[in-house]
Amino acid sequence: MTMMNVKENRKIREIIWKTIAYIVITGFGVLLIIPFFWAVSTSLKPAGQEFTYPPKWIPEPFMWENYRIALTLLPFATFLKNTLIITILATIGSVLTASLAGYAFARLQFPGKNFLFMLCLSTMMLPYVVTLIPTFILFRWLGWVDTLYPLIVPSWFGGGAFFIFLCRQFFMTLPLDYDDAAKIDGANEWYIYSRIIMPLSQPVVITMLIFNFVNHWNDFMGPLVYLHSMEKRTIAIGLRTFLTSMTERSDWNYLMAASVATTIPILVAFFVAQKYFIRGVVMSGLAGR
Amino acid sequence: MNRLPGYKRREAINAYIMLAPWIIGFIAFTAGPMIASIVISFMDWPLLQAPKWIGFENYKFMFKDELFWISLYNTIYYTVIGVPLRVIAALCVALAMNLKLRGISVYRTIYYVPSITPAVASSIMWLWIFNPDFGLANALLGYIGIHSRIRWIYDPALSKPSLILMSLWGIGGMMIILLAGLQGIPEQLYEAAELDGAGLWHKFWHITLPMLSPSIFFVTIMQVISSFQVFTQAYVMTRGGPANSTLFLVLYLYQNGFEFFRMGYASSLAWALFMFVLVLTILQFRGSRYWVFYEGELRG
Repeated sequence: MTMMNVKENRKIREIIWKTIAYIVITGFGVLLIIPFFWAVSTSLKPAGQEFTYPPKWIPEPFMWENYRIALTLLPFATFLKNTLIITILATIGSVLTASLAGYAFARLQFPGKNFLFMLCLSTMMLPYVVTLIPTFILFRWLGWVDTLYPLIVPSWFGGGAFFIFLCRQFFMTLPLDYDDAAKIDGANEWYIYSRIIMPLSQPVVITMLIFNFVNHWNDFMGPLVYLHSMEKRTIAIGLRTFLTSMTERSDWNYLMAASVATTIPILVAFFVAQKYFIRGVVMSGLAGR
Repeated sequence: MNRLPGYKRREAINAYIMLAPWIIGFIAFTAGPMIASIVISFMDWPLLQAPKWIGFENYKFMFKDELFWISLYNTIYYTVIGVPLRVIAALCVALAMNLKLRGISVYRTIYYVPSITPAVASSIMWLWIFNPDFGLANALLGYIGIHSRIRWIYDPALSKPSLILMSLWGIGGMMIILLAGLQGIPEQLYEAAELDGAGLWHKFWHITLPMLSPSIFFVTIMQVISSFQVFTQAYVMTRGGPANSTLFLVLYLYQNGFEFFRMGYASSLAWALFMFVLVLTILQFRGSRYWVFYEGELRG
């Protein structure tokens, strides 16, 4: 066998191997995407067309109306307003207090630092249901049941262990020379935090904004436990209410329209800030090391 | 503190002030409620009446409570079958997404996106997919010639496997973590192995798996913890049915606390769950010695 043949053989083998790889990952990729297509297709069908077998994939005609009807059958505008109030107020508290704690853990020396940091990390693994009942009793005692406070106030107290960890890891990558130079000029820790560290920390702040948005948009157990009256509900709870009010009539086209509509903001957030999104997920994988 | 020089003491004081919100939050929303939870678990507390101390009665009742054992069985089933399937699937996908193929980043997005779908929205979508008469699942089986009316989540024997199948749709987050781990493996290791004539399987078994084991260990730990707290899908899709086949621990706890207002019993269920998760996590850390490889330990 000549050199040419060996080379050609290798090339052919690589082409075959790559083709197989593409077929496999495309096949599974299609399987993962089909549920979305199915939901969107159902959401655009005129009433009754979702009950044909085998299913029709392209609705006839396209009922864009379904979205308007589905989102006005229940006060989704109010749900959206509540979700945004919670998200915005909780996110401000979370970014502020988590970055302060992260700065202390990353940059300052103080007795008990390692112990407190390990304590903070360990709360990431704590099942939330252990604290659910007493926290509910506490907020009930404060008269906060059926208000948005229980979903906002805790974020102002550390903002969640994961965000503290995220900030700490990011701040540790910033050169210590900046701090030293500022200290020689007589700056204290608060000045360094607010004028040097935070202005350099746009990437981690954006990651925190996105994760806060996704968490509050998707949160189910919290609003389920605390928000009862219709005008206090969030998107996630409102969608569940919509399901229970729909199942007897089984208007699956409206149900799919509402489900798709509440998924779109999350997808937009993902595609707008993909880089920061993925970085956050990768960081969550480092938390255990 | 007093032994520290002045500027260091000031730094420490500022650090504590900066940590104060978190420390207060930790006491008020984590440590305090955890202790309160133990105390309440020894009480009979119908929310609207005064609590009454009843000692171990809640735990004794739990031992005889058939629904508790059913929910524990369902949760363990969901974890023991579901977690290995999800981790292995995520590992396979991560390996595929690490291939040097053109357009691979598009595929990464496709495989990741399902995992960020809001839980309630995806639950409603899957409710429709699993519809025995007009759902996508049976329709797809029909296309490949299997015309059966499988009842999926409406069949007590298939409800848990159906929820596990659905959970496989959302492994994107794990895939990203494992992919990052794969990309962190130094290329020289593979080059050196190739010089020694190592094949694909050999490289996977002796380089990829050991180097990736810390990431695999981490995602497994987190999966077990979250799998033990499975709630939203069951609450939205099946409400624990049919025939209690998807009554999971947290769902049963929620029902006791917020539908029957049995705060005491719900708290003892919470502690039972916490103990299971704690023991499982400790066992996994113990076991990790035998299979998780930390590079740092060799380098000293």
